[in-house]
Amino acid sequence: MDLFIPLLRAFVVGGILCGIGQLLIDFTKLTPARILTGYVVTGVILGGIGVYQKLVDFAGAGASVPLLGFGNLLAKGVREAVAEQGMLGILTGGFTACAGGIAAAVVLSLLSAVLWKSKIK
Amino acid sequence: MNMSPEEYDKLAKKASPNSPFLKNLISAFLIGGGICALGQGFLLWYQRLGIDRDTASAWASITLVFLSILLTGLDLYDSIAKVAGAGTLVPITGFANSMSSAAIEFKSEGWVLGLGAKMFIIAGPVIVYGVSASVIYGILYYIFG
Amino acid sequence: MAHRIGKYTIVLDQPPSILATAAIGSKKEREGPLEKSFDFICDDPYFEQDSWEKAESIMQTKAVNTALGKAGLQPQEIDAIFAGDLLNQCVGSSYGLRELGIPFMGVYGACSTMAESLLGASVFLDSGALNRAVACTSSHFCAAERQYRFPLEYGGQRTPTAQWTATAAGAAVLGKDGPSPYVRAVTIGTIEDLGITDANNMGAAMAPAAAVTIQRFMEDTGKKPSDFDLVITGDLGKVGSDLVRDLLLREGIKLENSHTDCGLMLYDLEKQDMHAGGSGCGCSAGVMCGHILPLMREDTLHEIVFVATGALMNPTVVQQGESIASIAHLVYLSTKKEGGAV
Repeated sequence: MDLFIPLLRAFVVGGILCGIGQLLIDFTKLTPARILTGYVVTGVILGGIGVYQKLVDFAGAGASVPLLGFGNLLAKGVREAVAEQGMLGILTGGFTACAGGIAAAVVLSLLSAVLWKSKIK
Repeated sequence: MNMSPEEYDKLAKKASPNSPFLKNLISAFLIGGGICALGQGFLLWYQRLGIDRDTASAWASITLVFLSILLTGLDLYDSIAKVAGAGTLVPITGFANSMSSAAIEFKSEGWVLGLGAKMFIIAGPVIVYGVSASVIYGILYYIFG
Repeated sequence: MAHRIGKYTIVLDQPPSILATAAIGSKKEREGPLEKSFDFICDDPYFEQDSWEKAESIMQTKAVNTALGKAGLQPQEIDAIFAGDLLNQCVGSSYGLRELGIPFMGVYGACSTMAESLLGASVFLDSGALNRAVACTSSHFCAAERQYRFPLEYGGQRTPTAQWTATAAGAAVLGKDGPSPYVRAVTIGTIEDLGITDANNMGAAMAPAAAVTIQRFMEDTGKKPSDFDLVITGDLGKVGSDLVRDLLLREGIKLENSHTDCGLMLYDLEKQDMHAGGSGCGCSAGVMCGHILPLMREDTLHEIVFVATGALMNPTVVQQGESIASIAHLVYLSTKKEGGAV
């Protein structure tokens, strides 16, 4: 049970956040890139006012894996960096917090392009 | 042809089928939820290995990034996304897929201006506006926090 | 020499003959109902090249060479070639045809290019300026996708109104004299724009252009759609076909029973999950050169009005918020050298 409940929470919360994205695609004609951007910025705002962290505490990856979580991470990073470094933290906090994810995506994307070429079914 | 754009817009909307939104919504919920649950699985596993929660969470995301890029390279991610829609777009896997797919696609224009520059054609705005928003937040936090 | 009837239609007095045609396709085209119509199908959409653009060029080379072979002609016996495609600056055509040494006219009409190139070649032939000419057009799904939309491996969802760019090329060899079918008349389209901005709904964007051109041709010739075996539009797909019928009905022109669309013929929309149908200038090029023109040659079809539509936008102007301008060119084909509609 101690495994099932957190998995279920992640599933439901993550699913709902994705479902909202789907409704945005189907009903607003927003392009995917705009939705991603909107999610990240919303995540920064929700993270900034301290709401989103509560959701992360509740749903774990269900809240941190959707791009809202990426925004929350940026906000959290800035907060911590400002506390540690003062004014410089305003600029360093965001990138520091998401450095791992972005570096992984960049390097693995580069590697993927070395290994594969684009295909069609 | 005597027709105003407004009239034609109505006519065109009538003739154009809508997206099957209920089906799309359910698929997005199930697959998106599934990806998050998978992430949670990794998170719990890493925690069990003795890693603290924040670090485990970062590693769980990185693991999903890895899987997403692997599936992109194997020509599978777009097939899943066709069904999942926002279910594969909204999680961090969608961000990774947008970078990897662009890198693979534009390699033919060279390593520098093809792959290197165009890797960010879709993911770029996410970083630009995410980081900018975080800086604005940082300024506010610095002044009022 | 050609003469005009009405305001828009040009009647060819020495109707050029279509001597031979060829169509090239790839895997999706093989899986569709017109598999047998293609002269050559390469299941590898790279056509053994290392880029999609080179693949498209090879398709044009192959289409022209195959058509010339069927006509029993050498490249040096051709006076001019009219060709186009969807790639930036029409490189599919220019690089595909650069080895042939045939005088070259690059044509850009987006998905209307097959009609535009046929039209150009025919009027030149009728004028006596050329004795033999080739019209050739291609599109490639992958090359178009990366230019107009997203990387191929990108996980996106296509809307129900989206159309599938055909990986196909078609070429027609035309001569001053020869057997049926003949190009009897042409109508040059005007640029139409009724304000559609959704780049995933090309059919809706292009339907007004098709309706306007068909209406003008019918008015100029005093005919109605049922006077022909088929009025075949290029690449309007399901949505655009419904709209063009509706638009013309409002003008008192009944298209209903004599209309079909290349975008509805090339693929099995349900089974191949093609949403609103096929598109791309290779779609109408493949259907006409592989299917319709050979059926006319066999005397199965006799009177055909071919109306290819094209969306004249590019990603830059669409991103800048422009609506989608479109055009439709009409070519009237007949198995008879005289008589018929003009």
